[in-house]
Amino acid sequence: MPAAPEIFVFSMACAILVIDLFLSDSRRVVSYALAQLTLIGAAVLTLNGFATTGSSAFEGMFIADPLADTLKLAIYGLAFFAFVYSRGYLRDRGMYRGEYFVLGLFGVVGMMVMVSAGHFLTLYLGLELLSLSLYAMVAFQRDSAQATEAAMKYFVLGAIASGMLLYGLSMLYGATGSLEIAAVRQAIAGLSSDDIILIFGLVFVIGGLAFKLGAAPFHMWVPDVYHGAPTAVTLYISSAPKVAAFALVMRLLIGGLEELSASWQPMLMIMAVLSMGIGNVLAIAQDNIKRMLAYSSISHMGFFLLGILSATPNGYGSAMFYVLVYAVMSLGAFGMVVLLSRAGFEAEKLEDFRGLNQRHPWLAFLMLLLMFSMAGVPPTAGFYAKLLVIQSIVRVDLVWLAVVAVLFAVIGAYYYLRVVKFMYFDDVRETAIVPDGARDMRVFLSVNALALLAVLPWVGTIVDLCSRAIQAIS
Amino acid sequence: MMLADYLLSLAIWLPIAGGVAVLATGGDDRAHVARPLALAISILTFFATLPLYTGFNPHTATMQFVEDAPWIEALAIRYHLGIDGISLLLILLTSFSTVLVIVSAWIVIQKKVAQYLAAFLIMEGLMIGVFSALDAILFYVFWEAMLVPMFIIIGLWGGANRIYAAIKFFLYTFIGSVLMLVAFIYLYYQSNSFEILTFHALKLGLTEQVLIFLAFLAAFAVKVPMWPVHTWLPDAHVEAPTGGSVILAAIMLKMGAYGFLRFSLPITPDGSHELAWLMIALSLVAVVYIGLVALVQEDMKKLIAYSSIAHMGFVTLGFFIFNAQGIEGGLIQMISHGFVSGALFLCVGVLYDRMHSRLIKDYGGVANRMPVFASFLMLFAMANAGLPGTSGFVGEFLVILGSFQANGWYAFAAATTLIFGAAYTLWMYKRVIFGTVANEHVATLNDIDAREAVFLTALAIAVLVMGLWPQPFLDTMHTSVEHLLKQAMTSKL
Repeated sequence: MPAAPEIFVFSMACAILVIDLFLSDSRRVVSYALAQLTLIGAAVLTLNGFATTGSSAFEGMFIADPLADTLKLAIYGLAFFAFVYSRGYLRDRGMYRGEYFVLGLFGVVGMMVMVSAGHFLTLYLGLELLSLSLYAMVAFQRDSAQATEAAMKYFVLGAIASGMLLYGLSMLYGATGSLEIAAVRQAIAGLSSDDIILIFGLVFVIGGLAFKLGAAPFHMWVPDVYHGAPTAVTLYISSAPKVAAFALVMRLLIGGLEELSASWQPMLMIMAVLSMGIGNVLAIAQDNIKRMLAYSSISHMGFFLLGILSATPNGYGSAMFYVLVYAVMSLGAFGMVVLLSRAGFEAEKLEDFRGLNQRHPWLAFLMLLLMFSMAGVPPTAGFYAKLLVIQSIVRVDLVWLAVVAVLFAVIGAYYYLRVVKFMYFDDVRETAIVPDGARDMRVFLSVNALALLAVLPWVGTIVDLCSRAIQAIS
Repeated sequence: MMLADYLLSLAIWLPIAGGVAVLATGGDDRAHVARPLALAISILTFFATLPLYTGFNPHTATMQFVEDAPWIEALAIRYHLGIDGISLLLILLTSFSTVLVIVSAWIVIQKKVAQYLAAFLIMEGLMIGVFSALDAILFYVFWEAMLVPMFIIIGLWGGANRIYAAIKFFLYTFIGSVLMLVAFIYLYYQSNSFEILTFHALKLGLTEQVLIFLAFLAAFAVKVPMWPVHTWLPDAHVEAPTGGSVILAAIMLKMGAYGFLRFSLPITPDGSHELAWLMIALSLVAVVYIGLVALVQEDMKKLIAYSSIAHMGFVTLGFFIFNAQGIEGGLIQMISHGFVSGALFLCVGVLYDRMHSRLIKDYGGVANRMPVFASFLMLFAMANAGLPGTSGFVGEFLVILGSFQANGWYAFAAATTLIFGAAYTLWMYKRVIFGTVANEHVATLNDIDAREAVFLTALAIAVLVMGLWPQPFLDTMHTSVEHLLKQAMTSKL
C-alpha cells in the first residue's frame, strides 16, 4: 500500500494526542514510549515496502522510490535520537508534555510527505506541515521571552519564505501549465531555457529553498532561532529537517528544474560561497555554543550546496552523504549541550565546556570527535563528506571553488578547535557543570558520536547507497 | 593467510589498538598499569617492524610487503600499503623513537598519564601509516589524523603558552594539507585512481605540474618546516612536553621531507625542476639565516628547534639538486637528525625535570654535578655540529658533495652550517655545562639515573653506529633512490 508509513505515523500522532490527555504527569513516559514505538513501526513498514525502483501513486502526487525510502529511514532515526535526548531536558524544565512528541511526529509526517512528493502541492503541503510544527515547538517554552521572540521571527520569516516559494511555483505553473513535477520537467525541456517567466519563477523558488536550508543570504533566522529555541527543540530542527530540505532540493530543483541547471548553478555558487564565508567567519565571534553551531550549520549548508551545484549525479550523491553526516553531527553536538544542561542551568556558553576532560573524559572525547568531524578532520566521517562534495566540483572543473571551499574549511576549523581547547586545555571553574544526564541518553550519545568514527570501513558502502538512491531520480 | 603478509597493518594498528587499551585503563590512580602496558606495546611494535628490515630486499625499487584491498569503491580509494627503501628507514625510526618517548615519560608525566601515553601510541600507528600508504587518500587520512593527538599533546601537557602554540600548529598544518587534498582530487580526475604509483606515471602539462607542485609545497613546506612558514615550530617545540618535542623533531618534520620524495619529485618532475631555484633558495635561507637565529636564542629548546629548521634546510637542499649524493645525503640527514635532535630534546628534558627552566642563563657548571650527563650531551652536541664519526657528518658531507656538482656557490653557502652549527651548539654547551657552578640550584643537581641512561645510551649507540658505519643505511635506500632519481629526471611533458 502506498504511503502506509505516512498514514501510520499520522494516525499514531493523533492517537497519542488523545491518549496523552488521560495521562497524569507521572505517567508521561507512555506518550514518549508510544512516540518512539511509532517511529520504530514506521521504520519496519518502510523497510518492508522498500522501493527498489521508482513508482508513483495518487495520480503522481506521491512518489515511492529508493531515495524517498532511504531518506525516510534517516528521518526516523534522527527523530528517534532527538526524542531520546530531549526527554530529560524537557522534564527538568516543566515542558515534559505529550504535545512535544506529537508535534515532533507531525513534523516527521511533514518531512515524509516532502520526501515523497511528486507534485508541487504535496511538496508544499509537507513543507508547511513541518514548518507549522516547528513554529509551535520553538514557542513551546511559553514563559520564555527569548523563545517566544525566536518563534515569532521564525514564523514571520518562514511565512515570507513560503510565500516566495509559492509565488515561484505559481510562475512555473504559468510557464509550464502543470503542477506535477514530472510533467513540469517535460514541459521545460520543450521551452527555451531563457524563458523569462521560467527564470523569474526559478529565482523565487531558489530564494524559498535557501531560506528553508538556512543558506546565506537567507540565513538571518538561523542563529536567532537556534539560540532562542529550547535546546531540545534546536536539536530537532537542526537534524532531521535538514534531510527533508535536501529532499526538497532534489525533488524541486533536480527532479523538476534540472534542465535549467545553467541558470541555477551560478545562483547556488554565490549562495555556497556566501554561506561558507558568513557562516565560518561569524561563528568565530560567538561565545554561545548554540549560536556558534547555528553559524556552523550555515557554513555546512554552503558545503552541501557545492554537491548540488555540480549538477551531476555524483554531486547529488555527495550532497546526500554530506547532509546525512551533517545531521548526525549536529544531533550529537546539540545532544551534548542538552546533556550538560541541568535543571535551571543552560550549558550554552562555550565557557561551560571548560575543563570537561577533567571531570568527564568520556564526554569530552565524544565532543572532541563531534568537533573534529564538523571541522572535516580525518579519520572522522565529516572528512569523507567534505572530500565527496569537493571532488564533485573538481570533477566539473571548478577547481577554484574547491580551493575557496577548503580555505573556508580551515577558517572553520578554528572555532571547533576552540571548543576542544576549552574542554581539554582549560581548568574547571566554580560554575562548571556537573552533568547528571540519564543513562539511556549517554548510551545513545556515545553511539551517535562514535558512529562518526566507526563508519570508517563502511564509507564506501554508504556512498554506494547514496548513489543508488540518487539514480532513481536522475 | 600469513602474519608476514600483514606486517604493515600490524605495525599500524597494533599501537593504535594498544593506545585505546591504554586509554581504557582510566585515571591517574591506574597509572602503574598504563605505563608498563604502553611500554610493552611500543616494544612489541618495534619488534613487529624489525622483520620489515630483515625481510626487505634492497635490490629492487618496487614496493614490498604490499597489502591492497578496496575501501571506497565509488572513488576508487583503496587500502593500499607498501614500502620501499626510503619509507623503511623512517618506519624503523618511528617505532624506535616511540619506545624512547614512552620511557622518557615514565616519571615526568604525572598528570593524565594514560591519555598522554595513548596519544603517543596512536600517533605512532598513524605515522607508520603515513610512511606506508600507497593510496593518496589513505595517506591524507593518516597525515591529517596525526594532527589530533599532537594538538592535544601540545595543548594539554605543554608550557605556559601552550594553547597559542597548539592552535597555531594545527591551523598552519591544516591549511597546507587541504591544498594538497585539492591537488590529489585533481590528479584523481586525470588518472581515475588515487594510487600514488599511478600518479607517478601520469603525464601532466607544465602549468599543471607547477600548480600541483605548489599545492604540495604548501603542505610539505609547513611540515618540514621551510623558511618562511617555519614560525609554528619554535612555538610548538618550546611549549610541547619533552616527548612531544622528540616526536615532532624526530619524525613529524620528516614527513614533509618524505612528501617531497614520494609526491613532488616523481609526480611533478618538470614542476620540480622549474621551481628548483625557489626550493634551493628557501633551503639556503633556512641553513644560513636560521642558523644565525639559533645563535641568539636564550631558550635551549628554541635553540634546538631553530637548529632543526636549519638541518631540515639541508635535507631539502639535498633533494632539489637532483643527484644521488644529494638525495641520499638528505635521507641520511633525516635519519640522523631524528636521532640527534631527539637526543638533544631528551637531554634538555633531563635538565628541565630537575630545574624547571630551559633558559641557558639559569645554568652553568652542570658538568661539576652531572659528569655522565655532560659526556652524553657532548656527543650529541658534536653530532649536531656535524663532527666526523657521528651520524651528523655523513648526511651533511654527502649533501655538500652533491651541491658542489650542481653549483659551487650552493656548496659554499651550505657549508657555512659547519661553522654556524658548531657555533650555536657548542656555545650553548659551553654556557650550560662548563664553568663554575652558577647558582645553588645547579649545585643540588643529581646525575642521570638508570632509566635516563638507558635511552641516552640507546641514542648514543645509534648516532655512533650511523656515523662510523653508514653503509647498511645507504645500501637499504640506494636502489629506491636511484629509481626515484630516474623518475625525477624523466620529463613528463
